[in-house]
Amino acid sequence: MGVHVRIQESDFDPGAEIEAMRSPTAGAVVSFVGQARGSSGGRMVASLFLEHYPGMTEAALERIGAQAVARWGLAEARIVHRVGEVPAGGRIVFAAASSAHRAQAFAACAFLVDHLKTDAPFWKQERGVDGAHWVEARGEDEAARDRWRDRARDGEPERGGGQ
Amino acid sequence: MKIRVLYFARLREALGTGREEIELPASVATLGELRAWMIGRGDPWAKAFSTIRPLRAALAQKVCDDDARLREGAEVAFFPPVTGG
Repeated sequence: MGVHVRIQESDFDPGAEIEAMRSPTAGAVVSFVGQARGSSGGRMVASLFLEHYPGMTEAALERIGAQAVARWGLAEARIVHRVGEVPAGGRIVFAAASSAHRAQAFAACAFLVDHLKTDAPFWKQERGVDGAHWVEARGEDEAARDRWRDRARDGEPERGGGQ
Repeated sequence: MKIRVLYFARLREALGTGREEIELPASVATLGELRAWMIGRGDPWAKAFSTIRPLRAALAQKVCDDDARLREGAEVAFFPPVTGG
């Protein structure tokens, strides 16, 4: 119940995380799993290295989860994020929301992902045969987060136009 | 005033260290003044702080603007824009 946040080097089991969110108040669970792509801009990527700011990261994820719980009246918001080295194809992040009904869980899960990408202190480095490259932040990630401002309390983000 | 400064990702690599304990002169009282002081230290700080842009800053583990005031024993962090998820 409430907000559940974990940072860990080891892999996680998405099925076990979803199972842990089962509750009589949760009619719906919506989850997202982010995985490491094996190529980037034409370069082969053998692994991703994830660095974080211990302490600040946990606080940032707790804050994002608490915002989602308050906004959609969730049963639970859950974020599990790996740090260290993750091989191509490996799991990086699990984000999920459970609520009485599905619309709130779908919206809240997207909110969690859009915010953890821009508001939590993680940095990705792509590693391959031609060396290591720090990933550049993308403007569209901030735009995805900002769409959640001034938006209806539940339902999908407005994709341009709208009120 | 003595503070702890943390560096992450590309900035950490450029400086060859992830943390420093620094005794600041009395003239450095804000985050913005600390940035300028870092550039004034010479390389590798000058090069890193003037070429890695934008460079975010956190004070007491909260992202802050350059007018945030430093305190004795404060933990300051500098880092490039985040890229998690």
